[in-house]
Amino acid sequence: MIELNDVHKSFGKVEVLKGITAKVEKGEVVCIVGPSGSGKSTILRCINGLESYDRGEINVEGLKVDRDAPSIVNIRTQVSMVFQRFNLFPHRTVLENVVEGPLFVKKEPRAQVLERGRALLAQVGLAEKVDAHPPQLSGGQQQRVAIARALAMQPKAILFDEPTSALDPELVGDVLGVMRKLADDGMTMVVVTHEMGFARDVADRVLFIDGGIIVEQGPAKTLLNQPQHPRTQDFLRRVLHPL
Amino acid sequence: MKGFWHDAAEFFPILMNGVALTVIVTIGSLLLSTVLGLIWAMMRVSGIRALSMLSASLINVIRGIPIIVLLFYLYFVMPDLGVTLSALQAAILGLGIAYSAYQAENFRAGIEAIDKGQIEAAQSIGMGWWLTMRRVVLPQAVRIVLPPYGNVMIMMLKDSSQASTITVAELALQGKLIASSTFKNTSVFTLVALMYLTMSIPLILLVRHFEKRAGKK
Repeated sequence: MIELNDVHKSFGKVEVLKGITAKVEKGEVVCIVGPSGSGKSTILRCINGLESYDRGEINVEGLKVDRDAPSIVNIRTQVSMVFQRFNLFPHRTVLENVVEGPLFVKKEPRAQVLERGRALLAQVGLAEKVDAHPPQLSGGQQQRVAIARALAMQPKAILFDEPTSALDPELVGDVLGVMRKLADDGMTMVVVTHEMGFARDVADRVLFIDGGIIVEQGPAKTLLNQPQHPRTQDFLRRVLHPL
Repeated sequence: MKGFWHDAAEFFPILMNGVALTVIVTIGSLLLSTVLGLIWAMMRVSGIRALSMLSASLINVIRGIPIIVLLFYLYFVMPDLGVTLSALQAAILGLGIAYSAYQAENFRAGIEAIDKGQIEAAQSIGMGWWLTMRRVVLPQAVRIVLPPYGNVMIMMLKDSSQASTITVAELALQGKLIASSTFKNTSVFTLVALMYLTMSIPLILLVRHFEKRAGKK
């Protein structure tokens, strides 16, 4: 459903993606891991056109991703995104955040959307927060609202850009729990993360990215337990045993 | 002092006619400058190079011309080009255009202060440029823009006196006319100053209110 074919991307003189070719099937959970600055987030941002790419091609459900074409709206309403820093709209209530897209972009009937919004917030454990404003919530709660906002679009896939990196450690579990539930329900997910436990337990496949290329990829357990490439081994050793 | 109160009672009704015109000029040019300023600011942040450059040059041209010259141009030169404006129309138009440049820069600063993540979140749920502006950026920018906007209101109230140079009989000109026919300069101009101050005070309080509200978050 998501296909990247030899994708290149430079920021000025720095080439951050040096030919990424990958595929995400429907219902698959793919984790992207790798050191900071390796291009992980850029891959996600190219998939829904927040970032343009210079060469190669990205297709979502057979539709070419081109951030300057009108079709980008079509892609963005099918592929939702969850950001590291939540990016909730602070001037709107939690429920308004969730229903914003379905109401104003997809123009769905109001009553139906509000009902779905409430149900989704209940699903992420925030039924009693519908009328709160985002700044009144903890980071973990905000990220769960952001996930509900993504789900409200009824997307075919969700991209997660380091969803737990900005959270206090004790709040990470709640968010990962919600994500695990989504994966169990068959949602197609691409997750950039440093949570190796989550990748091992939930992901179908893991891509290890370093220096703008996919160094190694494979089934989650195989790659994380028996990495083949020395760079993968080195990275995992440092992430799993920092001392 | 007794003389002042006596003069004040005599001149106040005439000066109130001036106040009415001062209020009309101020409100008229405030509305015009707000609309124009918003248009310039939107062009500036549109991401379309031609529009953004056009807006930037317009703002610089407007900023580089003194208000009084702009007023003279509209009132004395436009008739030569076949466009005749009443003094009041020329005053509102001139002040509105002159202030649109400052409004535009203020609005732009407010829009650009919004976190990029907000715009990305809006885009990621499929919002286009205009919907992002209307639903996400502008509602948040208003909070930032209001305190300086209040200051512009105060400045416009005072600068409406420049309309006197093109014969609009607003407060300052009324004062000048009375003073030159009665020679009671002290009484008249003290009264005029107090009347401007009285109109400014509510606006000053409004700015303080805006600043408090903006500071809360």
